[in-house]
Amino acid sequence: MTKPMGSHRTANGGRIDRSRPLSFMFDGVTYGGFAGDTLASALLANGVHLVGRSFKYHRPRGVLTAGADEPNALVQLERGARTEPNLRATQVELYQGLVATSVNAWPSLTHDLGAVNQLLSRFFVAGFYYKTFMRPKVLWDRVYEPFLRRMAGLGRAPELPDPDIYDKMHVHCDVLVVGAGPAGLAAALAAGRTGARVILMDEQAEAGGSLLSSAESLDGKPAPDWVADALAELASLPAVRVLQRTSVFGYYDQNFLCAVERRTDHLGPGARPGLSRQRLWHVRAARVVLATGAHERPLVFADNDRPGVMQASAVATYVRRFGVRLGSRAVIFTTNDSAYDAVDALLAAGIGIAAVVDSRPDPGPRAEAARAAGVVVHAGCVVAATHGTRRITGVEVRGCEGGVLAPAGLRLSCDLLAISGGWSPAVHLFSQSQGRVRWDEAKLCFVPGEAAQAQTSAGACNGTFGLGAVLAEGLAAGASAAHLAGFGDGAVPATPAVAEVAAAPGDALWLVPGLKPLGRAGKHFVDFQNDVTAFDIRLAAREGFESVEHVKRYTTNGMATDQGKTSNVNGLAILADTLGRAIPEVGTTTFRAPYTPVTFGVMAGRDLGEMLDPVRTTPIHAWHVARGALFEDVGQWKRPWYFPLAGEDMHAAVRREAKAVRDGLGVLDASTLGKIEIRGRDAGVFLDRIYTNLFSKLGIGRCRYGLMCKEDGMVFDDGVTARLGPDHYYMTTTTGGAARVLDWLEDYLQTEWPDLEVYCTSVTEQWSTIAVSGPRARDLLADLAPGMAVDPESFPFLSMREGMVAGLAARVFRISFTGELSYEINVPSHLGLAMWQAVMAAGARHGITPYGTETMHLLRAEKGFIIIGQETDGTVTPLDLGMDWIVSKQKDFVGKRSLTRSDTARADRKRLVGLLPEDEGEVLPEGAQLVEMAGGTPPVPMLGHVTSSYWSPNLGRSFALALIKGGPERLGQIVFAPLAGGRTVKARIVEPVFLDREGSRQNG
Amino acid sequence: MLLISCPHCGPCDETEFHCGGEAHVARPHDPAALDDAAWGAFIFMRNNPKGQFNERWVHAAGCRRWFNMVRDTVTHRILAVYPMGSRPPAGLGHLGAAVVEDAQ
Amino acid sequence: MKQRFSAFTLLRNGLSWHENWQRQWRSPDPKPAYDVVIVGGGGHGLATAYYLAKEHGITNVAVLEKGWLGGGNTGRNTTIVRSNYLWDESAALYEHSLKLWEGLSADLNYNVMLSQRGVMNLAHNLGDVREAQRRVHANRLNGVDAEWLDTAGVKEFCPIINTSPDVRYPVLGATLQRRGGTARHDAVAWGYARGADARGVDIIQNCEVTGFDIEGGAIVGVQTTRGAIRTSKVGVVAAGHNSVLAAKAGIRLPLQSHPLQALVSEPIKPVHDCVVMSNTVHVYVSQSDKGELVMGAGIDGYNSYAQRGSFHIIEHQMAACLELFPIFSRLRMLRTWGGIVDVCPDASPLLTKTPVAGLFINGGWGTGGFKATPGSGHVFAHTIARDEPHPLAAPFSLDRFTTGALIDEHGAAAVAH
Repeated sequence: MTKPMGSHRTANGGRIDRSRPLSFMFDGVTYGGFAGDTLASALLANGVHLVGRSFKYHRPRGVLTAGADEPNALVQLERGARTEPNLRATQVELYQGLVATSVNAWPSLTHDLGAVNQLLSRFFVAGFYYKTFMRPKVLWDRVYEPFLRRMAGLGRAPELPDPDIYDKMHVHCDVLVVGAGPAGLAAALAAGRTGARVILMDEQAEAGGSLLSSAESLDGKPAPDWVADALAELASLPAVRVLQRTSVFGYYDQNFLCAVERRTDHLGPGARPGLSRQRLWHVRAARVVLATGAHERPLVFADNDRPGVMQASAVATYVRRFGVRLGSRAVIFTTNDSAYDAVDALLAAGIGIAAVVDSRPDPGPRAEAARAAGVVVHAGCVVAATHGTRRITGVEVRGCEGGVLAPAGLRLSCDLLAISGGWSPAVHLFSQSQGRVRWDEAKLCFVPGEAAQAQTSAGACNGTFGLGAVLAEGLAAGASAAHLAGFGDGAVPATPAVAEVAAAPGDALWLVPGLKPLGRAGKHFVDFQNDVTAFDIRLAAREGFESVEHVKRYTTNGMATDQGKTSNVNGLAILADTLGRAIPEVGTTTFRAPYTPVTFGVMAGRDLGEMLDPVRTTPIHAWHVARGALFEDVGQWKRPWYFPLAGEDMHAAVRREAKAVRDGLGVLDASTLGKIEIRGRDAGVFLDRIYTNLFSKLGIGRCRYGLMCKEDGMVFDDGVTARLGPDHYYMTTTTGGAARVLDWLEDYLQTEWPDLEVYCTSVTEQWSTIAVSGPRARDLLADLAPGMAVDPESFPFLSMREGMVAGLAARVFRISFTGELSYEINVPSHLGLAMWQAVMAAGARHGITPYGTETMHLLRAEKGFIIIGQETDGTVTPLDLGMDWIVSKQKDFVGKRSLTRSDTARADRKRLVGLLPEDEGEVLPEGAQLVEMAGGTPPVPMLGHVTSSYWSPNLGRSFALALIKGGPERLGQIVFAPLAGGRTVKARIVEPVFLDREGSRQNG
Repeated sequence: MLLISCPHCGPCDETEFHCGGEAHVARPHDPAALDDAAWGAFIFMRNNPKGQFNERWVHAAGCRRWFNMVRDTVTHRILAVYPMGSRPPAGLGHLGAAVVEDAQ
Repeated sequence: MKQRFSAFTLLRNGLSWHENWQRQWRSPDPKPAYDVVIVGGGGHGLATAYYLAKEHGITNVAVLEKGWLGGGNTGRNTTIVRSNYLWDESAALYEHSLKLWEGLSADLNYNVMLSQRGVMNLAHNLGDVREAQRRVHANRLNGVDAEWLDTAGVKEFCPIINTSPDVRYPVLGATLQRRGGTARHDAVAWGYARGADARGVDIIQNCEVTGFDIEGGAIVGVQTTRGAIRTSKVGVVAAGHNSVLAAKAGIRLPLQSHPLQALVSEPIKPVHDCVVMSNTVHVYVSQSDKGELVMGAGIDGYNSYAQRGSFHIIEHQMAACLELFPIFSRLRMLRTWGGIVDVCPDASPLLTKTPVAGLFINGGWGTGGFKATPGSGHVFAHTIARDEPHPLAAPFSLDRFTTGALIDEHGAAAVAH
């Protein structure tokens, strides 16, 4: 279906480019618009006022505003992977081929089945769901809640991943100006002229704010021309940066602000491949000038939500800026002067005005001027009801005095109702900066109080209205901000000349009485999107919800996607009136980031996939990949898990690898192990305090295994440390623990023992470590290092040698995590791959087999060696692990005192033992809990759990390690592991060493 | 996002730092001399004031040096940055019941 | 006699233009003395008062709230309810709580919208898998429903999760507690308030406790911004502010208060029908009945009483979320907020008597207090009424920080080999 190009345009004027027609589709119908339109202005220019349905009652709704405060005109933009729900049509810039659909209506916007809710609306009052659907529970689970969920929600999530990219910028500036309306432009000019680094961010497509739809003159120039001149000057200042389509949404500690720049959305989907769609700006500013304007408040009267009801300022904007003929006969309903701008705009556009309904008995000079122009002004009157369904058709006008309607009035027909209930300064960012707002009884709005950060508010967001005053305040704020940041002398430039407009005070009319008692005829909407009415607020107060936060939560007022920009103050005032309190006594809800919704994607930026967290690989990684290794994530590292041959699964591969190590020769890339150089006069003393055992007496060239505890006595990390010189140790840590161990060492050195002269340096990435393990390891080393004496006497277990290996300078440590004869060959990282290749070549005749972490785990478990994080979980002491031999009685060490606390010293703590399943083929699941007797109903007392469990080709059977209450006292006993499905595995408790108890293999 | 003035590197974003909790809690010189309650207090009990708080920070992604700070836990304002081993500027923070280390 | 809530009363009141609904709770002035004073009108405090009245017949009780009911962490959390904790002590306490949850709407005559849609805890590496399976085994023996799902099972239960092996931290599986889910947080506070009020408890808002009157090592009263109140039993249930209050009684606690941030998206049609949590990539996500995606992550690293944190925490959490749910990328964050959580060194709560006779403390719930609300209130009421710990509360006493009998629920340390 195609509709002709909209005929609802003014003859000329506006900031749309009439030479660039665009076509777009809304709800399946093709329309025309112009470059410079928003989706809302283009729809209105086609006479489309019904654009959405409300959340709860599915009431027909039209465009209410022309900006970020829009509660009604929400659309689903585009289709497929780039579809986006809940966009405000008032902020969507029109582009060729735009496709939008309305949300929350089915099957169509004009015939929406959900509208049946309107019939039941009498029961669907605030909080009705808390009072029903309780019994039976199964109906809540299966019927009510699924139904509520289906009814809720607005638009739809895409079904495909996002094809677009996002990025982030981090900038510093002297002055950040938020908002490029008259105050913001003035501030940016005043600050920019001083040479300060100024950033001006503005959410709209073009700068100017209210000046773009203003009929006023500045220094004799039409407002838009003054804007153009201001922008030209800003462009000429090299330290000034102006960012349009950039919404500052968050104001955080110490003048840190976040903004989103929409870089391609206005061009249409996929228009600029390779360019980020949106950009997240992180700004740290010395000074901030907030010039965020104000939001016009709707009036709360019966059926104030019909399509064709619009904020007066939006009426002026659509007519003047977008050249839209919004209707043929308008009524203006206001409590204040500002709506007379709409009157002027309508008059200038030749749109008929049925009447102005001004609640003030004596509305003042603006009303007089309107009357002089031939407009009928009903002073002291209100709109008490409206007519129409999909478009307003008329209003009931009544006199109103002291909150009481006159018994009779008149009915006016109209197709447009412009409303103004006054203005609410956009204090959102100010509040986020921790500033407190205060109620200004004269201006009838919350205005910023004292600034909490290096910040100034200027213009309408500061409660300053009237162009001259706004400009003056902006200039002063800009000059002062620059001065405070160290630029300029603070002198304020002259304010442009503007015509004085005589003004009269506004009227505090928060709730317009209807023709019947509240709630009985028509609905007085406060929050349009969430369908919260004045009746709901009264009901909440009646039920004891007196705090403004309670009312918000009970009624959902202000919780819609506009976050209360149009509803908060009205709701608050109605609550205050209901409770008989003043507005400041009731207070306000907290303003929270974001000011307007922020795309998830831009918050993630590039930090997705591999960029989510750095991937660390060893210098030998490519070899592992080529060999077909599967990898395991260990912290940020990729470690080879196992190296399957064709047709092998993990078990087959691990059996082969494990057998190869015990029977011949295996090789492991151990480069990921944490390595820390520890140097200095007191290095030995330091290690004595850090490790549970003694290191200061370690001989040079010798190695020792050590355990570290936290002060709570629980094992924290382990590893082998070698002494390379009198004041020089080389510590190894677990792969995942390297960084935290280093941090922890530094913490103690710098904060507890600054008297110790010790220096710690991470060298994890500086060295590659290649562990060769197995009975043939010595033969291999002999082949590779002909100059190194490798016989057991010359190079005993737990010692290290430096020398040439495969022609490369290397450190060789004779230590073993497999229990086999092992050497760990360390070379500088850039030589790691060369050394590995040399080892593989020389090992070929020994049948060298590369193995991964899974085989490593199996082999060490056969020996009963622990793995931090597997046998330990932050609740296990060295004594629990049966490692009393490593816990010094002579000296203090970190955590020692904790070991003697009453619970930590208990005899029946869970302690490490071995398990042999009765069925030798049965591999207990790791994590299986162990009980004394099979059977029983939960909760079943548990003795402990399986920490490690494997089938061992070397033992020819399954085995496991476990932590069991009083374990060592239970040797020989049978325990049971109840598994899923009711099966129970029986196992015998044994010593946690399954192979070579004497250590002859590793020591030999 | 706090802006923290590292005494060695100048003002940097919070993301470069790591907070180490309450400052001036010195490890007892002779843990064995403490009873379980006193030792438990050293490990686990910490001041948690609403307002000025003496705390330790480390410039983890910078110079990796530890330092002390007085920060207001309500406003997040940083009132002082001072070296490890020294006392806070006069009138700032509460050392409370924590064991106060001597100025080194 | 309190009005019953039901479809029938809703209908009847609808027909009378809702003019006859009663206040859900009174707004009394404080009396000079009470048998028990509960400090803190959040979910846990209100539940404590409710069960004191209901289970122990102690109705001369005041709940003192310095702000508005449920305005602390009760109204700021991500509403996840589950009981699949590792250690026996925790599992018993949280399972006790979950069982109370299952009957709570009916018990309170207030729909707290418990939605048992299942909670998945994802595993992303072999260490996670090991830890998760250990928890499943332990849960089952403790009578907590628990299942292990492999990657395909995860995909089946939550089809929109990206289970591709090519992501940075692939999903290797998950634990699933089908009885876990979410509830409507505000309704919990309001329901308990209404229930307690109906049994005679005075709920006093805008009443801050400024000090404790202690004589001979025993509590004799509290000082408040609305005057002194005599009492011989005080239960402090003030979440982030527990340390501040305890300090007024001369008690130090092993607690640190941190900001915990959360956020919601704009409402969308149902797309995510369970709760997904991942400790490894730091995010948890569910979708509310209103259609908002509800998300949280880890705490900010510093102490704070400001109910706000730093934005980089949220950016990091969002990256983790999109890694798991790529189709969420074009959705938008609507609102962020922060709570103040009091964290114990062992990530387990305090439900404890104190060195001051008659002074009891319930806190240290860290990031996980909401799910415990009914159970916490239930056992704490017992502890106060009998002046001895409820058996389920006993392990969570303050003296565990002396004896070393910690209940460390941090989960196994990251894999370290």
